[in-house]
Amino acid sequence: MSTHTLAVEAATIGYDERVVVHEMTLEVPAGRITTIVGANACGKSTLLRAMARLLKVKAGRVLLDGRAIDQIPSREVATVLGLLPQTPVSPEGIAVADLVGRGRYPHQGWFRRWTAQDDAAVEEALRATDILDLADRPVDELSGGQRQRVWIAMALAQQTDVLLLDEPTTFLDVAHQVEVLDLLTDLNRRRGTTIVMVLHDLNLAARYTDHLVALREGRLVAQGAPRDVVTPALVEEVFGMTARVIDDPVSGTPLVVPVGRHHATNPQVETHDLAG
Amino acid sequence: MTAALVPVAPETPAPGARVATGRRARSRRRRTVLAVLVAALLVVLVVTLCVGERSYSPLQVLRVLTGETVPGASFNIETIRLPRMLSGLLVGLGFGMGGVVFQTMLRNPLASPDIIGVSAGSSAAAVVAITAFGMSGTALSLVAVAAGVAVAGAIYALSWRRGVQGARLVLIGIAVGSMLDSVIAYAMTRAGVYDAAEALRWLTGSLNSAFWAGLGPLAAAMAVLLPTLLALSRRLSALQLGDDSASSLGVRPDRSRLALLLVAVAVVAVATAAAGPIAFVAFLSGPIAHRLVRGTGSLLVPSALVGALLVLVGDLVGQHLLVARFPVGVVTGVLGAPYLLWLLARTNRSGGSL
Amino acid sequence: MTLRTAPTPADLAPRRPASARPRRATGLAVCVLAVVVAVVCSLAFGSRVVGWSDVVAGVLHPDDSIAQAAVASRVPRTVLGLLVGAALGLAGGVMQGLTRNPLADPALLGVSSGASLSVVLGIAWVGLSSLTQYIWFAFLGAAVASLLVYAIGSMGREGATPLKLALAGAATSAALLSAVSMVLLTRTDVLDTFRFWQVGSVGRASYSDIGQVVPFLVVGAVLAVGCARGMDAIALGDDVATGLGQKVGLVRGVGALAAVLLCGASVAIAGPIGFVGLVVPHLARAFTGPSHRWLLPYAAALGAALLLVADVVGRVVARPQEIEVGIVTAVLGAPVFIAIIRRQKVREL
Repeated sequence: MSTHTLAVEAATIGYDERVVVHEMTLEVPAGRITTIVGANACGKSTLLRAMARLLKVKAGRVLLDGRAIDQIPSREVATVLGLLPQTPVSPEGIAVADLVGRGRYPHQGWFRRWTAQDDAAVEEALRATDILDLADRPVDELSGGQRQRVWIAMALAQQTDVLLLDEPTTFLDVAHQVEVLDLLTDLNRRRGTTIVMVLHDLNLAARYTDHLVALREGRLVAQGAPRDVVTPALVEEVFGMTARVIDDPVSGTPLVVPVGRHHATNPQVETHDLAG
Repeated sequence: MTAALVPVAPETPAPGARVATGRRARSRRRRTVLAVLVAALLVVLVVTLCVGERSYSPLQVLRVLTGETVPGASFNIETIRLPRMLSGLLVGLGFGMGGVVFQTMLRNPLASPDIIGVSAGSSAAAVVAITAFGMSGTALSLVAVAAGVAVAGAIYALSWRRGVQGARLVLIGIAVGSMLDSVIAYAMTRAGVYDAAEALRWLTGSLNSAFWAGLGPLAAAMAVLLPTLLALSRRLSALQLGDDSASSLGVRPDRSRLALLLVAVAVVAVATAAAGPIAFVAFLSGPIAHRLVRGTGSLLVPSALVGALLVLVGDLVGQHLLVARFPVGVVTGVLGAPYLLWLLARTNRSGGSL
Repeated sequence: MTLRTAPTPADLAPRRPASARPRRATGLAVCVLAVVVAVVCSLAFGSRVVGWSDVVAGVLHPDDSIAQAAVASRVPRTVLGLLVGAALGLAGGVMQGLTRNPLADPALLGVSSGASLSVVLGIAWVGLSSLTQYIWFAFLGAAVASLLVYAIGSMGREGATPLKLALAGAATSAALLSAVSMVLLTRTDVLDTFRFWQVGSVGRASYSDIGQVVPFLVVGAVLAVGCARGMDAIALGDDVATGLGQKVGLVRGVGALAAVLLCGASVAIAGPIGFVGLVVPHLARAFTGPSHRWLLPYAAALGAALLLVADVVGRVVARPQEIEVGIVTAVLGAPVFIAIIRRQKVREL
């Protein structure tokens, strides 16, 4: 079970002169899957980047285990916090296993050689993302979906207690999207990894999350279990969309069904849950 | 007597074994390539000492090197060829390693120090020193190194805006390089034709001024700078993955980039000061090394070896194999140019980076 | 009865407020005025100090006095400065429009180095020795080099991004210039002739030389202005432009021809002059916005004015010697270019 805690305290985050996230206070529950959702440009990626220490906060603090994250040495942070960035770059001609192997850097000192443990970690990561067969192929030759899985494997090989993922389902077809999310769930259940991810698909988020965080224009609108958070009122507020919320027949989690201008034979909006 | 065949239960592979086999195969390939490069370099080093207006056998060379005085050979080898060979080696190693660091960090093989204005700083200072002040020797080299580092620092500072982005650095470097090229052109028009010719010779890059006097500082500088770059190679590998991934692996992008650039600039400036900006060595070493050790790890050592080979072979060709004696810069320039253009076309077509 | 088929870019563009057109016309008049002032300065100021009466007399009816002769010699260089400045400004505007690249510039794209190599080969192998003879060689070299750079820079998925073109230009220039060095190293006599051509200047040409390139400049200018409308469409992206009924390939081809004619002729007669084609369209754009029908005339006028001013600066600053205009534009233009880059978002590059 992950014992590392990640939190954000009254953080104002932005780029240059622009403020994107306003005074956000958020505690990430340890050992759970947290998903941040919201409309485009609501600040979810910005928040994640600040938590991953890629962006300096303008005000407030980001706390890892109760300590301000920018006070902690980078190598130490890297052994605890792993990241899947939005637009990674891969060197030309590198083999899949080698690229995934770069994830082992935080665990290797300056002159520490490659150990069997590193090999094992890489193989486990490749197996978990179902790309073990591709281990020796150059990354350039892979499709977008396969490449995304390579990057996820690299983050996994880092074997951190906390994993931050910025839109891990980009480029993946539906089957692989579900596979990746199932994999993350495995990771969470078996090793207790704390997972924080940004997803744009609200339904997948509702299904795979323990703790849902909804943002609008850089402010926290709601957080909690999906059952409590995902209501037609919330969907309206956060996404500006009219929808019905029903129970997913497979998982029992909330399922958002949009009401558009066409094909709405049964648009009656029902309140899903009367909690709060 | 029959040997009983005992059925053996299939072993469960050790965790990581599958990955290890692939990795070891790639490692082996890399080691082979490196071994070949080192062997080639050794051969070239020996040939450089043997061949010339008066050729000597390897045995004679060996005797001179071990301290014996061989009449007719010692002076030639010790005073002229040995320093030239050592200079060529060090300068080539420097251009090769320095060049590939730039190209890797800026994620573009076309972003080499001789293109983005870094070498132009040293060159402009040297030309002005030669034509306006008549400098030469150590003073000239010092001016060239100082100017190279100063101009590179200016380019870095100008492209700094809450961090340095590769694209901006490259473009500002090209602009500064352009400006310095016009300074060079101006100095060439203001000088007498012989000074201009001397300046042009310096600009083309040659090992002609390699004597023992200048070798000491060059060797000392390289002995410090090259290992430093090697020590930083891990951070370079992390930076290759993009700033975000590098951060998540515990490497601070801005700080690492600055350190790498600083050392790489120093290496290139020292090499330029010693031999002038030898055309295309810094540019081509990286891409050639990349094609040889494709994707199997850090390019620093392979590029250094390729750089040394380019300089020494170029010098051999220029001194002995052409109708007249040409400095190494001309040889690498003329042979390098078509290869460069081809490489450009190929790189752009595949949209690759190092 | 007219049948409107595909909407033109003018229809799609947001309606400019009625005040824009007269404002831009006024701006153009101001630019033309600036050109006139620059012309006057160019005639009046120079490496030799002359009085106003001498200036007037020198232009109209020069007698044999040194002062008036000096002024008289300034007339052809003023004319050349006007033509070359306008040509470079126009060429820069066309290049930037066609490649959708705010950093396109004739010198940066290898035109100068191509011309240089051509001229050097001409001097070394064919024995050329005067400007009149260089012109054709320079022109050819410039054309070939720019096409090469463009071809290389636009290979690959994203086409000709600013960064790729700039790097292709710089690398191609390096390649061509190393060939130049090789020739110069062996022939000091060629070096002696070439090193002066290498620095762009408007003071070397005679009227007959100018006369030789004027047809190219005129044709180039006409073609450039002719594809202004097409370039507005291309600015929206190739696919969109095709959807709007523009023949993208034709516009690009004509535009490229115009740019090569204008740049090639300028380099041929004045040698390499950098940064004018780069910076002038940016300045013009600040007043006109992205519409090329206004941008190109502004660029031509501003280019002429700026080049003349740069020439005057070069003549005045180092009296009685002169600093050639190619140096002045580089030394003053590079900082402006750097300022432009710093203001741009890197993603746009």
